[in-house]
Amino acid sequence: MRKQTRPPTYGLIAEFESPGDVIAAAERVHEEGYRRVDAYSPYPIEALSEAIGVHHSRLPLMVLIGGIIGGLAGYLMQYYLLVINYPLNVGGKPFHSWPQFVPITFECAVLGAALTAVFGMLALNGLPEPYHPVFNAPNFALASRDRFFLLIMSTDPKFEREQTAGFLKSLGPREVTDVEY
Amino acid sequence: MDAKTYTAPPSIGRYGSRALVFGVAALALAAAVSFLFPQEHIPGPVQFFRAYLVAYIFCTGLGVGSLAWLMLQHMTGGGWGLVIRRPLEAATRTIPLLALLFIPLAVSLFVHPGGESLYEWSDAAKVAGDEALRHKSAYLNPVFFIVRAVIYFAVWGVMMYFMNKWSAEQDKTGDPRIRRLMQDASAPGLLLFGLTVTFAAMDWGMSLEPHWFSTIYGLIIMVGWGLSALALMIIVLTVLGAEEPMEGVYAPLYFHDLGKLLLAMVMLFAYFSFSQFLIIWSGNLPEEIPYYLRRLRGWWQYVGLSLILFHFALPFAMLLSRGVKRHARALRNIAILMLLMRVVDLIFIIAPAAYQDTAEPTGIHWQDLLTMSAAAAGLFGIWLWYFFGQLTKRPLMPLGAPELEKTMEAAAASAHH
Repeated sequence: MRKQTRPPTYGLIAEFESPGDVIAAAERVHEEGYRRVDAYSPYPIEALSEAIGVHHSRLPLMVLIGGIIGGLAGYLMQYYLLVINYPLNVGGKPFHSWPQFVPITFECAVLGAALTAVFGMLALNGLPEPYHPVFNAPNFALASRDRFFLLIMSTDPKFEREQTAGFLKSLGPREVTDVEY
Repeated sequence: MDAKTYTAPPSIGRYGSRALVFGVAALALAAAVSFLFPQEHIPGPVQFFRAYLVAYIFCTGLGVGSLAWLMLQHMTGGGWGLVIRRPLEAATRTIPLLALLFIPLAVSLFVHPGGESLYEWSDAAKVAGDEALRHKSAYLNPVFFIVRAVIYFAVWGVMMYFMNKWSAEQDKTGDPRIRRLMQDASAPGLLLFGLTVTFAAMDWGMSLEPHWFSTIYGLIIMVGWGLSALALMIIVLTVLGAEEPMEGVYAPLYFHDLGKLLLAMVMLFAYFSFSQFLIIWSGNLPEEIPYYLRRLRGWWQYVGLSLILFHFALPFAMLLSRGVKRHARALRNIAILMLLMRVVDLIFIIAPAAYQDTAEPTGIHWQDLLTMSAAAAGLFGIWLWYFFGQLTKRPLMPLGAPELEKTMEAAAASAHH
C-alpha cells in the first residue's frame, strides 16, 4: 500500500558486479524497448555504449560542420589579409598562393572542430550540472571503482514501476533500487 | 576456446597459385613492352629496370611494412594486433624472397646500354663528367649500394627471424615470458626499422635524381610502406573471414580499429607529402625545385591531382565515418583503392626522374604507365603466392598468446550488434 503513495522517482537503477553482466543486461533492456536508459561504469566500455545506443548522437555532425566552418574561416582570413587588405610580395609568388594557406587552414579546421566538440558536448549533455538525482542511488560512489550500474528513467514511455523493477531483477543484478529526485 | 586450431582453409592455396600465374604473365608483359617499344632515350633494359623498381619498392613495402606493424602491435597490444598478427608474420617471412628479388636492381648497376642507366651515378662515365656526382661517389657507388642493401636485409631478416621464432615457441609452450620478450625486442626493432627504411628509400628512390635531396623522403616512403601493409592486412582479413575457420572471428570492432589506423596513415601520408612540397615550393631553390617542375607541369600534374583526390581526400572523407570503418566490405574497398594509389604514387615519384635532362614539361609516356603498373601487378602476384604459402604454414591465430581467450570473448560480446 505504501508503494502507491511513493513520490514519483527519477528512475530505477540496477547494480552489477561484472562488465559482462551489465552489457548483457543492457542488451536485454534495449531489446525490451526501453530507450531512456543510462549506464555507469568505472572505465569506458565500448560494447556497453553500443548496447544502450549512445553512439547515435548529433555531436559528430556538429563537429564536422564546426571543422568545415573553421577551415573556411581560416582560408578566407588569409585571403583577405594577403590578397585584399595587405598584399605582400613573397619570393615573387602570386598573392593568392594557395599552398601556403594550407597549414593555417588545416589548423583552423582543427580548432573549429575541437571547440565545437567541447562546447557541443557540454550543450548536449547538460554539464556542468551541480545536482543529479542518480547520486541518490545507494552504493553509487562505487561506479567510479568496481561496480556497474544500469538506469532506466521514469520518463521512458515503457516505464512501469512494478513491472520494470521485476524485469530488472530478472537480469541478475546485485540489487535494484529506486532513484529519488 | 576449446580445441580450435585455426588452420588456413585450402582455398588460400588456390588463390596463391592463381596469383602466381597472373603475376608471371603481368611481369612478362612488362618486360615485353619494355623491350619491344623502347622510348627514345630509354633503352629496353633500362625501361624494364625502372618498371621493376616501382614494383620492387611496392612489394618490399608489404613485407617490411608488415614487420613494423608486427613490432608496433607487440608494443601496444590490443585485439586488432592479435587478429592480424599471423598474417603480419606470414608477410614478414617474405623478406628472404624480397632479398632475392633485389638481384635485378643490383644487376642494373652494371648495365648501361647506349650510355643510359637506371641510376645515373652507377655509370662511371657520367660520374666523371659531373662534379656533384664525383663528390657523392664515396657513398653513391655500385659496390657500397649493394653492401648497404645486404645490411638492410640482414637487419630485417634477423628481426623477422626472431619475431617468428618466438611466436612459434609461444604457440607451443604458452610461456608468458615470451610476450614480454617480443615486446622488449620490438622497441629497438622499430628504431632500426626507421633507420634502415630511411636509408633504403634514399638509396633506391631518391638517388634516381642524385642532384636533388629531401630530408623527409625516407618518411614518405616509410609511411607508404606502412599504409600498403595495413591495407593488405585489411583485405586479407576479409578474404580469410569469408569462410571457416575464421568466419565470425573478425568482429566489426577490429575493422573499426584497423580503419582508424588506416585513416591515421592516410593523413600521415598527406602530411609528409605536403610538407615536402610546401618547403620546396616556398624555398624555390634551383637545386630543389626541379623535382616538382618535372612533376607539376604537363600531364604529370593530373597524376599529382589524382594523388590528392584518391590517395587523400576520398579515403579521408570516407574513413571519417564510423559506419564505414566497421563495415568490412566498405573498408576492404578503401584498402584496395589505397594499394592502387600506392602504385600511382610510386610511379609519380619514379617515372619523371628519367626525364631530368629535358627542359620542356615532362610528358607522360604510355610505356611508363603500362610497364610500371604491369610490373607492379606482376611482382605483387608473385609476392602474394609466396605470402599465401607462408600463411598456410601456421594457425591463423596466435594460439599461445595469453590474451587470446579474453580478446575472443570481448569480440564475441561485441558481435551481437
